Amino acid sequence: MSQIVEAPIEVREPELDHVPIDDRPWVVIVWNDPINLMSYVTLVLQRLFGYSRTRATRLMLQVHQEGKAVVSSGTREKSELDVSRLHAHGLWATMQQD
Amino acid sequence: MRRGIDRRRDGSYRVRLPADERDVLAALPAQLREALQAGEPTLYRLFPPAFVEDDTANAEYARLVGATLRDGKLRALEELERTAHAESLTEEELLTWLGALESLRLALGTQLDVTEESYAPLDLAAPDAPRMALYHWLSWLQEETVQALSEALPEDGD
Repeated sequence: MSQIVEAPIEVREPELDHVPIDDRPWVVIVWNDPINLMSYVTLVLQRLFGYSRTRATRLMLQVHQEGKAVVSSGTREKSELDVSRLHAHGLWATMQQD
Repeated sequence: MRRGIDRRRDGSYRVRLPADERDVLAALPAQLREALQAGEPTLYRLFPPAFVEDDTANAEYARLVGATLRDGKLRALEELERTAHAESLTEEELLTWLGALESLRLALGTQLDVTEESYAPLDLAAPDAPRMALYHWLSWLQEETVQALSEALPEDGD
């Protein structure tokens, strides 16, 4: 009869001085507001991101009906650029990690 | 004669507005420029925060892009002032009008505290009726601008 001997489990203590890089993607959100025209939001999404009229309209309607929509995603740097371009066009945009 | 903005076949834009409306369009940018240069807090809607609930990141964002955003809006307002009486605009000039009209509507709409119901018939007895009428006129002109510029974009691609 053999005896099963459990192998000792090697526990690695986390290295406290090493902070892992948080590489979750960032998303850019456009929020609904009462001033911007629906047609204007659609045009801005088409021009800034090269979205088709169908896609831009779908996103605009999501903003209008649900209060917000994710319009782009990527690195922090790209998202910051996207947010600043949306702000330059008067849209109410924020960014956050997904 | 139809009032409004139309795209011509050569890619330029024809602007048809009565002279008194053009005078209004030429006069509005100076007021907003002064407010922008004074950094009036009522203009917060023109410079939204980039992050929700992160004051440090927002301060850094404002430091990085705040001046560029403000300068861009100031330039667009100057351009609108300069071209308010033009009968014909290039696409670039009309895009500048679009941006300037956007800033004017955001500033005025915030002051008037407009809601999505503000598109109902105008209450002429209300004390802010003249400014609300101005807001609606700017909305109409921005819509004309959007429709004219949309004609230059491909119909679809999905």
